[in-house]
Amino acid sequence: MSLLSVSGLAVSTHDGRALVSGLSFAVPRGGRLSLIGESGSGKSLTALAVTGLLPPGLAATGTVLLDGTPVIGATDRTLDRVRGRVAAVVFQEPSTALDPLMRLGKQIAEPLRRHRGLRGAALRSAVLEALDEVALPARVARAYPHEVSGGQRQRAAIAMALACRPALLIADEPTTALDVTVQADVLALLDRLVAAHDMALLFVSHDLAVVAKVTDEVVVLSGGRPVQSGPLRTVLANPGDDYTRSLVASARRLDAALDLGGVS
Amino acid sequence: MRRRVFLVAGIVLVLLVVTVALVSLFWTPFPAADTTGGRLEGPGAHHLLGTDKLGRDLLTRLMIGARIAMAVGAGAVALGALLGGLAGLLAAFANRWLDDTLAALLDILIAFPTLLLAMLVVAARGASLGSAIVAIGLAMAAIVARLTRVLAKRVLAMDYVTAARTSGLSWPRIVTAHVLPNIWPTLVVNLALQFGLAVLAEASLSYLGLGPPPPNASWGRLLQEAQSTVLTAPVGAIAPGVLLVVLVVGVNLLADGLRDVADPTRRRHR
Repeated sequence: MSLLSVSGLAVSTHDGRALVSGLSFAVPRGGRLSLIGESGSGKSLTALAVTGLLPPGLAATGTVLLDGTPVIGATDRTLDRVRGRVAAVVFQEPSTALDPLMRLGKQIAEPLRRHRGLRGAALRSAVLEALDEVALPARVARAYPHEVSGGQRQRAAIAMALACRPALLIADEPTTALDVTVQADVLALLDRLVAAHDMALLFVSHDLAVVAKVTDEVVVLSGGRPVQSGPLRTVLANPGDDYTRSLVASARRLDAALDLGGVS
Repeated sequence: MRRRVFLVAGIVLVLLVVTVALVSLFWTPFPAADTTGGRLEGPGAHHLLGTDKLGRDLLTRLMIGARIAMAVGAGAVALGALLGGLAGLLAAFANRWLDDTLAALLDILIAFPTLLLAMLVVAARGASLGSAIVAIGLAMAAIVARLTRVLAKRVLAMDYVTAARTSGLSWPRIVTAHVLPNIWPTLVVNLALQFGLAVLAEASLSYLGLGPPPPNASWGRLLQEAQSTVLTAPVGAIAPGVLLVVLVVGVNLLADGLRDVADPTRRRHR
C-alpha cells in the first residue's frame, strides 16, 4: 500500500468555489513525486490538504490516506498521531516557518523530545547531531532566527522537519525564497537527506529545472486540475497538454538563453 | 542605548512610588485619622508638606494615596489581563460565528465610556476600592481582549504554528510555546500603559466622588478637596498632581524599555 494515496481530492471555499478538483496521486514508501504548476494552481493547498492543515474557511473532499489513516474529516486528535511521525512539512518562507522569539536549538529540540522521548544531555546531543546533519555549526543552536542567514534558516527548518524522522517529507517550494546559489545547496541537502533516511518526498514547485533535480514523477497542475502526470522525462518529451507545453517551452527558452549567454 | 536610559528612569520613578506605598503600610508621619494639626498649615518642620483644611498631615495622606494608586493599577491590570487575555484567545480560536459575536461585544464595550461604566458598577456595588478596580478592570479587559485577539490571530496564521501542528504539537502547547511568547512583548507594553491609565481613571473617579470613600486618601480625592483652597494652600493641590505624573510617566517609560527586553529581535538595535 502507498504511504500517501490521494483520490478525487477537491478543495473548495465555503461559498462553493473550487480551488482544487479531481486530483489523484500516490506516493509509495521511499518514492518521490512532484506537484508542479504556476502560482494559484492549487499545489500548496494540496500539500496542506493531505496533512489536514487547510486554513479555516476551506474544505476538502475526496479521499486522502496517510499511512492508512483517512485525513479528510479526521479530528485533530487522530491527526496528531499521524503528523510528525508520518509526514512533516518544510515551508517556502523560512522566516515565517520559525518562531522568531525562540532559539533555534529549542525549536529543533521540541519535536525530538516529543517523538523520540529524549531529555537532558541526550536531547542536547541530538540537537547538535540534527544541526550537523544539515551542515549547520553548533553555535546556531543558541541563535534566534533573525541572527542567521536565509539559507541557514531553511536548513534549520529542514532539521526541524526531519527531527521527527517522518516517513514522508512534504516540501512546499522549499528553495523559492532563497538566493540562486543557496538554492542549489539546499536542494542537494534535501536530496541527500531524503535518500539517506529512506524517506518519501512530496515536492511542490513551479520550477521545472528544480523539480528535475529531485524527482522523477510529476503531476502538472493548472487552475486546480491535474493536466498531466507521469515520469518527468515523458512529460518533458511529450507535453500532452497546452499548459504543460508552454511550461516546457519556457524552461527550454530559459536554458537556451543561459547557454548562449553563459558558455560561449 | 537611549531606550536603556528610559528603562532605568522608568524603574526609578515607579520604584519611588512603590516604596512610598510599601512604607505607608508600616509607618506614616501621623496616624491617618489624626486631625491635631492646624488647618491649612504650610510646609514646615512638624508637618513636612503642611496640612489640609481638617488639619490632617498631607504627607501621610499622600503616602496612603500611593498605596491606593498601586492597588488600583495592579488590581485593574491583573483583572483586565486575565479576562481580556482569555476572551481574546477564545475569539482567536473560535469559529466565525463566535468570533464575530465576541468582536461586536468588545467594540460595544470599548465604545462605552469608561467613566459611565464605572458609575454603573459603583451604583450597583457601592463606592469602594473594589468597585473602582472592577470597573476599571472591566473596561480594560475589552481593550486587552481586542488586542490579544488580533495578535493571536496573526501568530496562528504563521507557518511556524502550522509546522508545530504538522509535528503533532497540541493546541495548549502551541499557545504556551508559540502564541503567548510572541504576543507577550506587545501585550506587556500595552498592559503597562493601561496601568498608567488605570491610575488616572481612579483619580478621575475619586475626583468625582465615586472612588474609595473617605477617609481613604486617594490622590484624586486629595486634588478635589484641595481645589477650593488652591490659592491659600497650593501644595495640597500640586503634590498629588506631581505624584500622579511621576507614576504615570514612570510606568510609560518602563513600558517602552520593557518592549526591548521582552523581544530579542529588537535587542541588536540597541
